[in-house]
Amino acid sequence: MAGAKEIRTQIKSIQNTQKITKAMEMVAASKMRKAQDRMRATRPYAAKMRNVVHHMGKSHPEYRHPYLIERPVQRIGLIVISTDRGLCGGLNINLFKKVVAAMKEWHAQNLEIEIAIIGAKAVSYFNRLGGNVVSQASHLGDAPAVEELIGSVKVMLDSYDKGHIDRLHLASNEFVNTMTQAPGIEQLLPIVGDEDDANLKHHWDYLYEPDAKEVMDDLLMRYIESLVYQGQVENIACEMAARMVAMKAASDNAGTMIDELALAYNKARQAAITQELSEIVSGAAAV
Amino acid sequence: MAMTFHVDIVSAEAEIFSGKANMLFAPAVMGELGIAPRHTPLLTRLKPGEVRVQLEGQDEQVFFVSGGMLEVQPHVVTVLADTAMRGKDLDEAHALRVKERAEKAMTDRKTDFDYAKAQIELAEAIAQLRTIQHMRDKTGGR
Repeated sequence: MAGAKEIRTQIKSIQNTQKITKAMEMVAASKMRKAQDRMRATRPYAAKMRNVVHHMGKSHPEYRHPYLIERPVQRIGLIVISTDRGLCGGLNINLFKKVVAAMKEWHAQNLEIEIAIIGAKAVSYFNRLGGNVVSQASHLGDAPAVEELIGSVKVMLDSYDKGHIDRLHLASNEFVNTMTQAPGIEQLLPIVGDEDDANLKHHWDYLYEPDAKEVMDDLLMRYIESLVYQGQVENIACEMAARMVAMKAASDNAGTMIDELALAYNKARQAAITQELSEIVSGAAAV
Repeated sequence: MAMTFHVDIVSAEAEIFSGKANMLFAPAVMGELGIAPRHTPLLTRLKPGEVRVQLEGQDEQVFFVSGGMLEVQPHVVTVLADTAMRGKDLDEAHALRVKERAEKAMTDRKTDFDYAKAQIELAEAIAQLRTIQHMRDKTGGR
C-alpha cells in the first residue's frame, strides 16, 4: 500500500502544477491579445515615418545625413531585445543563439562589438557570456512607454555620431503568428533605403523649419527610436504568445502524466486488495 | 464646396486621428502655423501645445502634443506626435505630463541631484507654510 500512497501525493503535486500552468496560459492569452493590439497601434507611426524619411532621402540630395552614409566598419553596435521573465519556451534562447552566431561572424572579421541590452533575460545572459555591454534596461512592463527606451537608443546613436560605432543592428523576435516567432537581426544604421529610381522623376523638396539639418537630425532620431520601440512591443507580443504555447504544452503534459499515474495508482491499489484477499483466504484454509 | 485635405495624427504608441479637414493649426518651433489645403511641402518640428483641426463640418477638434514633427504635403498633412491626447482629456494630459516629468526625474540618473534639490525646496516650503499657519493661530486669525 506504501506505493499507492506515494503515487497519490505525486498526483496531487502534479495537479497543483497543472493549475498554475493553466492559469499562466490564460493570463498569457489575454495579455497576448493586448500586446498584439499595441503592436498594431505602433505601425501607422513607423509607416508614416518611413514614408517621410524615404521622401527626404530622395528630395534632398545635396545634404547627406551621416545616418544615410555607409562608412568602413570597424565597430558594430547591437541592440538586443529580450523578455524580462522566463517560462516562455525557447524564445530568448533562439534569439541569443542567433546573436551569438552573428557575433562570432563579426569577430571573425575582426570587428568589435558593443551591446545595448533591453530585458532582464538578456542582461543575465550577456553578463554570464561576457561581451562589451554598454547599456542595460529592464523591467519596462507589458506596456512600455517610448521614454523608457530613449536612453538605450541614445547611447547607441551618440556613439554612432561620435564615430565610435559604424553600424547599428537590432536583434529581436518577429511576431509571425501565435505559434511562430522568428528571431532576427536587422540593420538600423546606416539606414538602408530600397532605391527605386523610378520615383526620382518628380523632384520636389520640403520647406524646412528651422533648417534641413536640424529637422533631419530630429526626424531620424525619432525614426530609429520608433523602430526600437516597435521591436520592443513586438517582442512582448512574441513573449506572450510563446508563453501561452509553452504553458499549454506544460498543462497537456501534466494531464498525460496524471493519467499514467492514476493508472499505476489503481493497479497498485488493486494488487494490494488482491494480496489481502489471498492472505485472508489462505489464513482461513490453514485453520 | 470647400477644399479639404487629409490629416493623420499618429504617435509612436497609437494612431490618434485620421480624417478630412479644412484647416489645421499647429505649434511649430518658429511660431504657430495655419495649414490650408494645397500648402507647399513643409517639414518642421513642433513645440508642446495644441494642434487644432477644423473638420469639414465646421467642427473643431483639439489635440494636445508634447512635441513632435509636422509633415505637410499639398493634400496630406501628418502630425508625428511624441505624445498626443484628445483635447477633451487635456487635464488628464497635464497630469500625465507632470507624472512623466516626475518619473523622469526619479529614473534619470543625471537628475538625481535635481530631485534631491527639489525635495529640499519642498521641505522648505512646507516649513514656511507651517510657520505662517502658526503665526496666524497666534494672532487669532487676524
